This record gives sequence, C-alpha cells and structure tokens, in this order.
Amino acid sequence: MSPAATPMNAAPREPAAILEVDGLCTHFDTEDGLARPVDGVSFSLRPGETLGLVGESGCGKSVTSLSILGLIPKPPGRIAAGRILFAGEDLVQAGEKRLRQLRGRRLSMIFQEPMTALNPVLTVGEQVAEPLRLHLALPRAAARRRAIELLTQVGIPAPEQRVDAYPHELSGGMRQRVMIAMAIACDPAVLIADEPTTALDVTIQAQILELLRRLQAERGMAMLLITHDLGVVAQNAQRVLVMYAGKVVENAPVERLFSAPGHPYSVGLLRSLPELARPGEPLATIPGMVPPPTRFPSGCRFRTRCPLARERCAEQEPPLRPLARAPEQEVACHFPEETPAW
Amino acid sequence: MVNRPPAPLEPNPAPGSPLLSVRGLSQRYALTRGLLRRPAGSVTAVDGVSFDVWPASTLALVGESGCGKTSVGRALLRLVEPSAGEAWWRPDPAAPAVDLLALDRRALRRRRPELQIVFQDPVASLNPRRSVGQTLGEPLYVHRGLRGAALEARVAALLGRVGLDPGAADRYPHEFSGGQRQRIGIARALALEPRFLVCDEAVSALDVSIQAQVLNLLRDLQRGLGLSYLFISHDLRVVRHLADQVAVMYLGRLVELGQRGALLDSPLHPYTQALLSAVQRPDPGRSGERIVLRGDVPSPMNPPGGCAFHPRCPLVEARCRIERPELRWVAGRQVACHLA
Repeated sequence: MSPAATPMNAAPREPAAILEVDGLCTHFDTEDGLARPVDGVSFSLRPGETLGLVGESGCGKSVTSLSILGLIPKPPGRIAAGRILFAGEDLVQAGEKRLRQLRGRRLSMIFQEPMTALNPVLTVGEQVAEPLRLHLALPRAAARRRAIELLTQVGIPAPEQRVDAYPHELSGGMRQRVMIAMAIACDPAVLIADEPTTALDVTIQAQILELLRRLQAERGMAMLLITHDLGVVAQNAQRVLVMYAGKVVENAPVERLFSAPGHPYSVGLLRSLPELARPGEPLATIPGMVPPPTRFPSGCRFRTRCPLARERCAEQEPPLRPLARAPEQEVACHFPEETPAW
Repeated sequence: MVNRPPAPLEPNPAPGSPLLSVRGLSQRYALTRGLLRRPAGSVTAVDGVSFDVWPASTLALVGESGCGKTSVGRALLRLVEPSAGEAWWRPDPAAPAVDLLALDRRALRRRRPELQIVFQDPVASLNPRRSVGQTLGEPLYVHRGLRGAALEARVAALLGRVGLDPGAADRYPHEFSGGQRQRIGIARALALEPRFLVCDEAVSALDVSIQAQVLNLLRDLQRGLGLSYLFISHDLRVVRHLADQVAVMYLGRLVELGQRGALLDSPLHPYTQALLSAVQRPDPGRSGERIVLRGDVPSPMNPPGGCAFHPRCPLVEARCRIERPELRWVAGRQVACHLA
C-alpha cells in the first residue's frame, strides 16, 4: 500500500471549488451617495453542487451574479474589493476579452425573463447555435445539427421545426428551455440561474426545475441557484446562502437551514411563509423593511429589524463564523445561541 | 329572465344567503386580424362559471396564466362587459338581491362603492403625479362629497387602517416601497367602505416578509370590517393560508370547487392534484410524489375537444377526448372529471 492512498474509513475528500468568491464588494455611485449592494460576500461552489442564494429584493443576490460574470455596468458600478476565482483564475483581474471567452462557454447564465434575454429577430436555432459557432468554431451546418440536439435535450417537442421558430412563437416555458439550451451548449462548468422559474406557472416551473436537475446530474455542472422562493431552494439546493443587505448572514446545508436556522433573519423568513402557518392564523412578520443600499445601518445590518438587537450589534459587525453546535453551519450574528427556535 | 337570485350551489348551505351568487358567467373577446381589424373569430376566456361568495369569507380562484381568472374578476366589476351570466348581489339580506350584470350605468355607478379591486402591480395602478392624499381623496369627494378637514380626517384614518403613517398623505407613490404601495392600493379600495374586494394577485409581486405583512392586513380587515374577498392567485401556498373556498380554473372553466380543506387535502381533479404536487415545499426532506405535467396550457383560441385538460392529463381515457365532463358533486365538492 502506498503511503498516499486514502485511508479506507476517511470521508471522501471534497473536490476543489470550481468557483470561489472571496470578500466581494460591488459598489455603485448614485445620486443618493455610494450604494453598496454587495459588501464583503464570500462563498465557494464545488463541481456538481447546487448552491442556493436566497434573499429578498435588494439583498444583493443579482448583483453578486452579475459581478461573477463581469456584467456590472462601469460606471456607475465597480468591483471595489475581493476576488472571484474561477478554476483558479481571478475574474476581477481578467480583461473584457478573457471574460468574453469564458462567458457562455465555461460560465453560463439563465435569467428570469426569457423574452427579454432572447433576441426577437433571430430564430431559436440561430441563437442556440451562436455560442457553438463563436466558442467552438463549429461550421454552420454542424452548429445547426447540434442546436437541434440541444433543443431535444431540453425537452422541446418537434425540435426540427422549432429550430426555425422565433421567440414570440413559443410559450414562456419553451422560451426558458431555449435559454437553457443556449446556456448549456458549450458544456459550462458553472451555471448561474437567476430566478429561472419566477415568471413561470407552477406546473411549468416544476418541469423546468426537473430539467435543470437532470442536466446537472448528467453533466456534473455546478449551479448557483438565485431565488427569492424558499420552496425552490429547499427542493433543489444542497447548500444555501442567505443574504441580507449586501452580506451573507448564513451559509448552511439545506436540511440545517430548514430545521434549525441559525440567523434571526433566516428564522424570520421561514416564519413568514404562509404554508407553515395554520390557515387563518396571523403570519409571523419581520417588522419594517430592507433599508436602501445607500443607508445600511452600522454594525449588524439586520439589527434595526432584529428581536435580539442590543448595543453591541450597532457597534460591531458580526463576522460569518461556524456555530459551535453545528460547525457546518456559518452564521453572522453576535448572539447565535439566542436565535429563537422556530 | 329570472329576476330573483338562485339558491346557493351547496346542497346544504350555511344559514343566511350568499353575498354574491355568480351563475353562468361567460366572457368572450372578439379577435381581429390585420391592419383593418377584420373580425377573426373569438376567444372564450370564461365559459359558464358559477360560484357563491359568502359574507366575511374568501373564495380563492386559482389557475395558471391564461385560464381566465383575471377576466372573472373584471367581468364581475364590469370593468369589461361580460358576454353572458348573472351576478346576484345581496349586501343587505333584508333587501332584495340585484343582478350586477343587468344594471344600467346609473344603477351600476351607485353600486360601485360596494365592490372594489386591488391589483397586482401597485406601481402601475397608482398615478405617479398625484399624492397619496389626492388618490385616496378622489373617491371620497366624488361619491361622498367630502372636502376640507372632513376629507383629510378620513384619508388619515384610511392610512392608519392599512398600517401607514397618516402623514403619508402628502407624499407620492415613488417615495414608498412595494409593500407600502400595495397598502396604498388597499386603502384606495377601502375608501368607500366596500363589502367585497377582488384581490387580483394582490401579494404576488411582494417579497415573502412583506407578503406576510399584507396577508395579515387582509385578514385583519376581513375580521374587522366583515369584508368578502375574491382572491385571484396562482400561488396555492398563499391560497391554503387564507381561503375558505377554492375554485380551480382551467381554460376558462371551473374544474373543481369546494371548501378549502376538502379540496386541498384530497383533490379529486387530476389538474388540481398536479397543481398541488408542483408546489415547491419549504421542506428539504419532503418533496412528495410529484406529478410533472407534460406540455403547456393549450391556447384558449383553439381549446381541445372533450375535456380541455385531456392532452396533459396523466389519467386520460378515450371518453375524455370526446365528451366534456360537467361539474358534479363528489365527496363534498364539485368536480368536472369523468374519472372522479
């Protein structure tokens, strides 16, 4: 036995992260002053993993994904600090030319609204073939054949006919499938799905989520699933980041988040879900609302709405750190042992 | 023409009388083609829908895009003119009921304050150039003749009722968050002390913590003012929380209608079953048996024959392709399925 062999009973080593975000700060100059919608966000994503990113409007989840793809409009925006390591390469330092090589090939994205993300004057086939021709230099006929295969894989009926259709001729669910076909065309290592089912009806949402799970299992893609819907996260992610006001407040395995949430904000979100209350009973609510990104409070940003808040919360920002009782769960709170059970 | 209200749909109704009895409501829209807008047939958005809304009670109307649920709400308020049907309105059990769909314009205008609507998108439904006080004050001036201090006091009371600072009257819609704007939309609907609110996806655009606040407000208003709601929604999670009765709509027709408990805990129509199983539960250990429907909702311009749901139905039989199932009573609810 060679000394390098893994001991039989050791846990299998986790694969190295394909994407590592470290201290990301994305800031915007606005009329109301400096906005910091993403302010010190760190996480890592491993091959084959689905990482859920949840939070309410204005928490910074979409700005995080746009930062990863280098799609922040500059000015007024800029990445003020931090690193985004994709397969070891820092995307913050990469030039636009390099980002263009990576986007759509190694890093892909699907958006909430396929009607605005698809080009209305190009056929579905031309759009699915574009990344194949651009990144893989496939000739036109081969790209078209491959586009038809991709449309088949994403479950579009009669793909030989639909390849020549325009986006307006398709339903919302079909358009979302086309966007997924484009996103997976070059076999990306990371797929960022930003509210991929929010605009869809529930039966279509279920179809699209099933498709994403299947494609991910077949291809071993890592997926960053951004959503405001805790149900979608519970059913589709292995690990979850909860964001509030530009910060990650909790990073937990999905079972932990839903059985024993560690941050008072996570508890508040879960308690306000109508399906977990008794019918007719009042829902628990989080008082107040998310502050605007130009006026985040000092110290812990959740303190203005938190039932546990006290002096220290205003003075000192709580770092994200493992819970003593569950080290795989990280929480940014000074008093996590007091987080109410839910 | 019948000029008295129908008996309640329930074989053993609760005592009292329904606030609103809708019978055979249909809504067709004419289609036109080309620059000259030549007629090109019609599309039936709502096809023979009947239900009762009881006092201080909520009927949820559930379905996917294009099923006709929004058209039902608008036709009842005559924001669009329905093609057929009756809607017997009885705000005072001691007085005779009136058919809202048969009222002339003047009579309709007198009834308008009693039935109001809250829209999904409070940004699009509030005038950006008018202060909140002007928006809330207009119906009070027009219908009640209020002005001056009396008007201001009533506006302040309305804002307080929906949980906003009475000082908000001088501010404009863009100064408020989405949840606050929805509260303004609700305050506007409440201004003339209605008995009945159509809530058309009223909480769908809101974040979960804000949605909870608005759902609680709707609940408190129902208890405090005895309001009835027609709650139009695609979200069964919200519907389960606040509905008393649930009506499920598919391609313009009701496919299942009954009390919340019976309908959501033991749905009989395969479409209701699929809708419920498609809900993404906030419980990682429990995904449940998921019925994933094939295909999309067909176009209402060209609905399938027989049962409209048959091309997507996992239980389809030969009969379903030919014969359209009518609603019938099964296990305490109405269901339109040959196999239920």
